[in-house]
Amino acid sequence: MENIVIIGNGIAGVSAARHIRKLSDKRIIIVSAETDYFFSRTALMYVYMGHMKFDHIQPYENWFWEKNRIELVRAYVNTVDTEHKQLLLDGSKILKYDKLIIATGSKPNKFGWPGQDLHGVQGLYSKQDLDLLEVNAPNKEVCKRAVIVGGGLIGIELAEMLRSRDIPVTFLVRERSFWDGVLPKGESQLINEHIKEHHIDLRLSTNLKEIKADQNGKVKSIIIEETGEELACDMVGLTAGVTPNIDFLKDSGIELGKGIKVNRFLETSAKDVYAIGDCAEQHEAIGNRRPIEAVWYTGRMMGETVAQTICGNKLEYKPGHWFNSAKFLDIEYQTYGWVFSSRGKQDYEEQFHWRHPSEKICITVSFHKETNLFLGINTFGIRMRHEIFDRWLTKGRDIDYVMEHLADANFDPEFYKQYEKEIVLKFNSDFSKSIQTKKKSLKRIFQFN
Amino acid sequence: MSNYDRSMALTGQPPKTLSRNQKIATLIGFFGLAIVLLAAFNINFTNKGLWLSISLVSITTGTIWFAWDAYSNKEPGIKNDGVWFKSISSKGFWGWIAGIALTSFYIILYFYPEYLGLVAKGDNKGVIGLFDPLSRLLSGNPASQWFVYGTFYTVAILAFGIKFIWKYRHNRYERIRTISVIFFQTGFAFIIPELMARLNGSSVLNGGSLPYYDLKNMWPLNYYNFEGYRIKGFLSSGDIGFVLLIFGVATIFIISPILTYKYGKRWYCSWVCGCGGLAETAGDSFRQLSDKTVKAWKIERWVVHSVVVFVTLMTTAVIYSYLGTDTSKYWLTKSTFLISVAVLLTVIFAWVMLFKREQFQKDAKYGAIGYMVIILALIGTHFLSGDGNVFLFKSETLRKSYSFLIGSIFSGVIGTGFYPIFGNRVWCRFGCPMAAILGFQQRLFSKFRITTNGGQCISCGNCSTYCEMGIDVRAYAQKGENIVRSSCVGCGICSAVCPRGVLKLENGPLKGRIDSNQVLLGNDVDLMSLVNQK
Ligand SMILES: Cc1cc2nc3c(=O)[nH]c(=O)nc-3n(C[C@H](O)[C@H](O)[C@H](O)COP(=O)(O)OP(=O)(O)OC[C@H]3O[C@@H](n4cnc5c(N)ncnc54)[C@H](O)[C@@H]3O)c2cc1C
Ligand code: SF4
Ligand code: SF4
Repeated sequence: MENIVIIGNGIAGVSAARHIRKLSDKRIIIVSAETDYFFSRTALMYVYMGHMKFDHIQPYENWFWEKNRIELVRAYVNTVDTEHKQLLLDGSKILKYDKLIIATGSKPNKFGWPGQDLHGVQGLYSKQDLDLLEVNAPNKEVCKRAVIVGGGLIGIELAEMLRSRDIPVTFLVRERSFWDGVLPKGESQLINEHIKEHHIDLRLSTNLKEIKADQNGKVKSIIIEETGEELACDMVGLTAGVTPNIDFLKDSGIELGKGIKVNRFLETSAKDVYAIGDCAEQHEAIGNRRPIEAVWYTGRMMGETVAQTICGNKLEYKPGHWFNSAKFLDIEYQTYGWVFSSRGKQDYEEQFHWRHPSEKICITVSFHKETNLFLGINTFGIRMRHEIFDRWLTKGRDIDYVMEHLADANFDPEFYKQYEKEIVLKFNSDFSKSIQTKKKSLKRIFQFN
Repeated sequence: MSNYDRSMALTGQPPKTLSRNQKIATLIGFFGLAIVLLAAFNINFTNKGLWLSISLVSITTGTIWFAWDAYSNKEPGIKNDGVWFKSISSKGFWGWIAGIALTSFYIILYFYPEYLGLVAKGDNKGVIGLFDPLSRLLSGNPASQWFVYGTFYTVAILAFGIKFIWKYRHNRYERIRTISVIFFQTGFAFIIPELMARLNGSSVLNGGSLPYYDLKNMWPLNYYNFEGYRIKGFLSSGDIGFVLLIFGVATIFIISPILTYKYGKRWYCSWVCGCGGLAETAGDSFRQLSDKTVKAWKIERWVVHSVVVFVTLMTTAVIYSYLGTDTSKYWLTKSTFLISVAVLLTVIFAWVMLFKREQFQKDAKYGAIGYMVIILALIGTHFLSGDGNVFLFKSETLRKSYSFLIGSIFSGVIGTGFYPIFGNRVWCRFGCPMAAILGFQQRLFSKFRITTNGGQCISCGNCSTYCEMGIDVRAYAQKGENIVRSSCVGCGICSAVCPRGVLKLENGPLKGRIDSNQVLLGNDVDLMSLVNQK
């Protein structure tokens, strides 16, 4: 029986294992160092905030693995020997494989700041980081102020977490406006305002110079690059992005870039070795996607794809239309297709922006200047139906069609106030059009005649 | 895991020491309770009406003020911070204390009302005495333990309902639903039946007297609705009584199937029902305690369906026992009745087996077992039992044990008393035969479903954790599958707490409602079709 070994029990590794089990009877072993069982990394914040216990963020009950004959090994992989097809575990044990899937995820970036390894300085990625946070910032008495460095999705999550325990937070963001490398201006502005509403001390265009220690080697304060200001604090969160977690592969002979180089079949340069999830790097970016995509959905899709290949149905990794979502404190964000930030905006791209006069709700729709082709949408505070946008993108609908049928795409709970009329009114006046909104139609949404 | 203090706060904020406002609010609330407690120790208040009003107003104000202070200065949004750190909402010390206190209250209420001051002949004393003036005002009669309970129940739904509305003020579905629950409790369950009692003996009812009737409470939830004394009451009360009796039959056989078809069982369980109303309001702080394991789901299906079988048998037996045998007197005789029950069940069973077999799958087994038990019992009865005996038991024995085991112990003592231990919907999930029947309809004949939004789920688990019915919502959502579960009461909380906007409760076409396909959008189209073949 073929022996499939997977390194990493994150979403990528586990998706691969589940789908291999569905398709075959092969022996499946998952080796992972972090936790015994798969948990949802995206939900770590809710454990610290007391919304859930750690058990709740484990998507499968513990009996699931044995029942599905997925063997779990808790160990650290020191080296991969592709020649003899074996792994060294915990410096002592050897594990043979016929096929190897590397799904080792990422680790937080550290940019060589002075003091980045002091006590009280940490990232937020693993279960261990969560436990550490309980030590560094259990409450506002122990942690009188926290400083977060790096304005991305994990940074804002960390800020929300600390605020849930009333810990004062200073949030250093390098960019001129929060996440403006990804979000168009209006949206980024809306989030800036919302961050302040939550009493987070947001410092834009601000870099960290160094972290200072007290006599015990514990963080005492930080110095800001631009102003030289010294801020006293008890905890520093480093959340300036992540990089693939591949140091243990340095001498394996597998071709590495920033991540593990893979082709479209998710094959690495070594025979029978595949890489998926956060740690995989495409030789060439797919469409508008980045070569390394550190998102949940990519891990899942790659896991499903590689399972097909391993079970004899060689399949290219061909992701569909881009989508993503996040939550900034109380504001939900969804995106379908491509909407670029002012920095990344394409020449052919025209954007339409609407924002509610008083509530924290806005949308940005992107379309082709000449052809009017609908390219993508960002929504804040409005939920949208994935299936509808996927369909519209596939069918190549134009912006007028999208505006006319916007009500079909709304996914907010029943009885919520809807804004299609206001949105289209502004669209008409911005682009001197006269589109009439159509009423929501179940027939169109569910495609039955 | 966390070194936070124990806290008694019920509002889902991170545990802090109470604010000054909350301290005052707590004081006011406890003052109201203290009046009731003093009455329980037979302190005789001279102006009962006044003291009762003061007490009820204090309790309500205290609760509302407390909640106001917790939520008013917060941005609208999900307020679950610290839920699992607080001992009251995480089965900690205060949770157990609250559970024990509530359970004891139910035991006294059901089995020892004399300790509450109930006096069979003569004036009530104690707590019940305190409530006499209010009862007289409404129905003209002295209070009973049920009146006291009803008043507290209504006050709880009102006060905690307002708290709930503040907590979810960003969510219009929750706001409207809670207003509905408050309305049905105060109007239909509390005030109308009391006022109806005033009509008893009047000429409108031809001098008859109606049984106490909460109009929104239908069989089998009010399992006693078709008992002999009630039928007599209805039939003695002229046209109105007759209409009410017909209404009672229509609610379960006509009105509820139509509404459940259109909106799912939520129209009842989380919009109208009193048990549901209390669970959603006073019980909201405990919804995360429901057991989500597959094992609990198995137990749930066995227990709740057994209750359905039990209540059907019991009701049939009770009706059977007072029907006659002589067709010339009344068309509905013992044997016609039994045969019609058997026919009805067979028709339902045959229909499901013929048209809905695919969706039935595993559950078919349970359905078949339940059905067989009933049918066999019916046939057995007809041949084996004499007049006094039905189904080999005395119908009275069946009725008594049902009302003791299910009506009192399960729905009250365990169902509500154990809120802080098993979660707020234990009764609705494991015990309520009404929920099981509506759930059966919801699973097979309803437009309702919770739609999963393509591939957006990040498997975080908020939905499953906060599902009061213990449904593992995530298990479906992370596969891109819709949630079509008979137990879902449509409270909408899974959708509210989902940080990625994945879930939407909606009524849509029957076709494609249950996607057993793993359609995860955003994926390669070829891969999707491959995965779905399997
Ligand atoms: C706080 C936070 C919030 C996030 N929120 C979102 C979100 O909302 N949406 C979204 O799309 N994405 C989000 N992400 C990103 C997302 O979680 C990741 O993209 C995803 O978890 C990556 O999955 P993976 O399976 O590739 O790797 P991982 O989940 O990192 O799993 C890899 C596992 O392999 C183990 N491992 C590594 N090396 C070795 C070794 N040598 N030996 C043994 N074991 C090893 C690691 O310990 C780890 O357990 C978030 C990430 C974080 C940290
Ligand atoms: S599935 Fe959702 S709507 Fe249904 S009972 Fe559970 S939380 Fe409520
Ligand atoms: S709450 Fe939403 S994102 Fe989280 S598991 Fe449930 S459906 Fe998925």
